[in-house]
Amino acid sequence: MRLLEVRDMIGRLAGLLMGIVEAPINALEGFMGRKRMPYLFLAPNLLLFGIFTFLPIAIAAGYAFTGGTELFVSDRPFVGFDNFRQLLACEDYLRPGSCRESLFWTAIWNTLWFVAFNVTATLLAALVTALILNRAIAARGFFRAIFFYPVLLSPVVIGLIWKWFLDRNGLLNAFLQILGVPPEIFLLDVGWSRFFVVVVSVWFHMGFYTLILLAGLQAIPKDLYEAAAIDAASPRRTLLRITLPLLGPNLLVVLILLMIRSVQIFDEAWVLTNGGGPGTANSFIVQYIYQMAFGSDLRLFGLASAASVLMGLVLLVLTLIQLRLGRKMES
Amino acid sequence: MSHGFNPIGFLTRTRRPGRIEITDILSWLWLIAGTLAVLVPVVWAGLSSFKPAAEITRFPPTLLPRTAVETSVQGYEKPLSLWTVTIDGKTREMAMVRRIGLKAQMVDPQSPEAPVSVDVRAMSPVQKLTAATENYTDPLTRFDFLTFLKNSVFVTFVATLLTLIVNAMAAFALSKYRFRGKNAIFVLIISTLMIPLTVVMVPAYLVVVGVGLVDSLWGIIIPTVASPTAVFLLRQYMLTIPDELIEAARVDAASEFRIFWRIILPLTAPALAVLAIFSVLWRWNDFLWPLIVLSSRENFTLQVGLNAFQGEFSVQWHYILAMTFLSLLPVTAVFLFLQKYITTGIAGTGMK
Repeated sequence: MRLLEVRDMIGRLAGLLMGIVEAPINALEGFMGRKRMPYLFLAPNLLLFGIFTFLPIAIAAGYAFTGGTELFVSDRPFVGFDNFRQLLACEDYLRPGSCRESLFWTAIWNTLWFVAFNVTATLLAALVTALILNRAIAARGFFRAIFFYPVLLSPVVIGLIWKWFLDRNGLLNAFLQILGVPPEIFLLDVGWSRFFVVVVSVWFHMGFYTLILLAGLQAIPKDLYEAAAIDAASPRRTLLRITLPLLGPNLLVVLILLMIRSVQIFDEAWVLTNGGGPGTANSFIVQYIYQMAFGSDLRLFGLASAASVLMGLVLLVLTLIQLRLGRKMES
Repeated sequence: MSHGFNPIGFLTRTRRPGRIEITDILSWLWLIAGTLAVLVPVVWAGLSSFKPAAEITRFPPTLLPRTAVETSVQGYEKPLSLWTVTIDGKTREMAMVRRIGLKAQMVDPQSPEAPVSVDVRAMSPVQKLTAATENYTDPLTRFDFLTFLKNSVFVTFVATLLTLIVNAMAAFALSKYRFRGKNAIFVLIISTLMIPLTVVMVPAYLVVVGVGLVDSLWGIIIPTVASPTAVFLLRQYMLTIPDELIEAARVDAASEFRIFWRIILPLTAPALAVLAIFSVLWRWNDFLWPLIVLSSRENFTLQVGLNAFQGEFSVQWHYILAMTFLSLLPVTAVFLFLQKYITTGIAGTGMK
């Protein structure tokens, strides 16, 4: 009853609004002619795209070749490859300390390790969960929903929830005390904090990939399994010869998508580790860009842009691979 | 047939009716462990958000929010805390007057004339269940959280509305008209999907400063309105609407805008609904872009405000958790009611 009233009101309000908008647009149609109307429909979208998407992309590459701390391009001196040289000047890339921008290389190595662990753990967890949820199991919808729930939460909320869970006085330490293990301040320990950044990331995103893999599993024709059952194929054979090969393209897409997103880790790690701590143990590449440009009045916009361009190139390669795979899947 | 544990067999075997196998048990274990892993941190934060400030840092923690029971005793100005005390094998409730080292001076509330000295190891506090609602009301009244909340609601609502209208209009043009440059425009829009915000962070900020939207709520609304995902989703849906409907309307001399508004939009409702849900979730949760654009406190959204607050008051966990939980509630409500829409929406489009 109430809901219907509300809907009715919204409908009438929208109708009123449209009545106001419609008259001038119809007048424009009379003026421009019907053939040109699609341009009018596209105009607001393209205007916003042009200003806030294409313009930044167009500026991005050139911006990396300028220096100084001014924001606007016209006020910035052209410095050629200086920013890139500064980022890449290094005696030994394996030791970030020997690089001119040691923070950049620390971030790169942290990000690489994070990507390796996060991609492996998320993919395995999502695959196992999807395979289990694909079985004829009771309460399937419930479990699917539960695993998916964290995907919808905000990274800040997730960071804070886990920070509290891992607190010195948190629940994990309370469990450990029951087991007789002394309490640990997990987020102040280099090893533990890195471990839990991966745990939280898997916890956060696993449900999304589970859903994609589950859709892939359910698209495998059932008669293939029936045929395998008639041939008395072992479960191992069924998995290796039917399920995984047919899921293969989905797995690859998920793998690339996971890599693209893992490289860009920032939000939840930033909140969880108080900005990349302890020290720089969890400082990742997006955080480096953010801090160079916007953190504590450094205003090293050129350096940040150069780092963005380098990361963008990596992402571009991954995206092209993804598109390639997508096209292969379709054909 | 006997066999040891075979992880591959366990994952692929389909259930034989009427028999419970080891694989079923392992599947259930995985699912239940996963469910606990998802729920425990969230529920723990929710329960903790109702604990009083004095209780929240107690270790080991109590599961439920509890608080000490106090009682007023004749002859004492302030209310005294109530304890369960064991004296000479007998247990009774007494009020604590003061505590000196390992001894505490206690009185019986019924006969407050004769205080006794009790070993602190022989007493435990009397507690009752509580809900420290001040954890919620304080940040909303004394700190700026009501402002953050208003900003978040405003941004979410306005941005979603604009996203739906602007992108539906573009999708209408790209799906129901033939015109010069149509394919080029579509490819151009879709190709921006490949460039995430993190790559163009600095120039995007520059543009927002340039058009004077920096540190304003419109600075986080307007730049995110035109969305390639939305255009793509709506265009694909509109392609399935038969052109005859439009032709018939034109015969009736309907204007193009009227066709869009009266015919196309109502028929696109299912796709618009999915898009609206995602748009709301995305705006409500968005962090990095607002963090860059907004600088003054009165413009913070809930997420940016939460982040700032936890940096400034890192020991005020009772407030932080209450506001975390407040920010989580709308999302949880959306999830509970629209779970089916969301999961099928993702499986169908692969967007988040």
